[in-house]
Amino acid sequence: MSLDRSDIEKIAHLARMAVDEDRIEGYATDLSNILGLVAQMDDVETDDVTPMAHPLHMAQRLRVDEVTEVNRREDFQAIAPKVESDLYLVPKVIE
Amino acid sequence: MQWETVIGLEVHAQLATKSKIFSGASTAYGAAPNTQACNVDLAFPGVLPVLNREAVNCALKFGVAVGAEIGKRSVFARKNYFYPDLPKGYQISQFELPIVGKGELTVELESGESKVIGITRAHLEEDAGKSLHEDFHGLSGIDLNRAGTPLLEIVSEPDMRSIKEAVAYARKIHQLVVYLGICDGNMQEGSFRVDANLSIRPYGQEAFGTRTELKNINSFRFLERALNYELERQIDVVEGGGRIVQETRLYDADKDETRSMRSKEEANDYRYFPDPDLLPVEIDESLLEQIRDEMPELPTAKLQRFIQTYALGEKEANALTASRPLADYFEAVVNAGGETKIAANWVTMELGGALNKAGLNLANSPVSPEQMGGLLKRIADKTISGKIAKQVFEAIWNGEGDADTVIKAKGLKQITDTGAMEPIVDEIIANNPKQVEQFRAGKEKLLGFFVGQVMKATRGKANPEQVNELLLKKLKA
Repeated sequence: MSLDRSDIEKIAHLARMAVDEDRIEGYATDLSNILGLVAQMDDVETDDVTPMAHPLHMAQRLRVDEVTEVNRREDFQAIAPKVESDLYLVPKVIE
Repeated sequence: MQWETVIGLEVHAQLATKSKIFSGASTAYGAAPNTQACNVDLAFPGVLPVLNREAVNCALKFGVAVGAEIGKRSVFARKNYFYPDLPKGYQISQFELPIVGKGELTVELESGESKVIGITRAHLEEDAGKSLHEDFHGLSGIDLNRAGTPLLEIVSEPDMRSIKEAVAYARKIHQLVVYLGICDGNMQEGSFRVDANLSIRPYGQEAFGTRTELKNINSFRFLERALNYELERQIDVVEGGGRIVQETRLYDADKDETRSMRSKEEANDYRYFPDPDLLPVEIDESLLEQIRDEMPELPTAKLQRFIQTYALGEKEANALTASRPLADYFEAVVNAGGETKIAANWVTMELGGALNKAGLNLANSPVSPEQMGGLLKRIADKTISGKIAKQVFEAIWNGEGDADTVIKAKGLKQITDTGAMEPIVDEIIANNPKQVEQFRAGKEKLLGFFVGQVMKATRGKANPEQVNELLLKKLKA
């Protein structure tokens, strides 16, 4: 599978990353090569293999449903860029 | 052209846990902003999510209740998108391997028929925070108390063919999750949210039309109105020669219309992948067995039992089993000595009406089921008439004691002694010679007048049947 310019632009947009115009071709080649490397695995017979969701062969531990956290708003908001009326302030995302 | 409506619903039920799905912060509603958002909810570096056992149990209860395939091994995935009320930059959800697989739910329709609606899946996920877009000097305010609250997203098949079916299904899911005790069902507080997918196609066509997704619906009434509006809109677009665009539309209850929010073309590439911070969840048979054993009686089974055990009509039984507290209250009244038919009537009508009027619910009813049973017993044994019973009910409501106490204190015991009634009847006959004459001349309707007079004289305490009998005997003599 190979990626072209528009794929790189889309990926960069989804990741909210700014990419220099003159480096897009280079990224396309590099990322396509990585995908090519991974694609070699398509040749492996995997019909009898259960898909792995995690490299550890363990099951998720479960927690008892108890409130264990206390209010630490002061601490958290002390390092926030902008706070007002106990709310975190952020740039408006809708018009 | 005749159009067929196709609807599928996604319900987000907030699970009734004390703490969040992946952290030990409280989920209580209405706390001051950001006081219930801990470092896990805020996505501080180095924190790890740990799954809440109770959230898993809630999902399993739902799965068992709809006869679903349970994912013995389910996996959490990251759904990536950027929004300020989602501090991690992804929502932990489930994608390929949800905890609850295919199931179904039988929905009773207004017509009296029932229909089986397929449930595609139900998966666990965390809720996001809340954005407040009021003006903070051109900025938005973020409250992250809700971030990390456990949700069960219940996805239906596109099996509904009318708006009525969609509303009936949504109500049934609501009733079920509340019955199961896994969700408080409070729609105003956002504990139960419905998104609807609607499309139209010409009758007889098999392929689905392009659908739109409706969001921001927070009551069953709005669900019906939003779907009605969207159905009309789609028909207008298609009949006007246009094309439906696949998009998300917000329902605006004030204007009663849906508005385009975002089209699918520009976004919704969520790049799901398994969350490396969470291991697969394994459900063993013994846990499932325990969940099955602890399953409460479900609405449909309760309805059938009420009809059979208590000899109630379907309408009465339906009203009584609409909620678990109401059904429990009714059964407690019957256990306390209330005759089933009378109890059904008193619980739904008298008590229901009074609670409604006072803005109370069953949980804080001033009249206990035992008191109600005691009152109904006195109607059954004819100590008081149905009419006097209302007076007694009011006194119990006002805290004047149980039925027997009130009846005694107010001297409301029905007069069943004909010896005591006779002089009163005689007096009334003597005082109304004109009516007596008319009655004897054949105007038998006047019996009602005499009964009324006796009731008035005895302040309603005379036994109506005996009054009738005695009057007839004397008037026809």
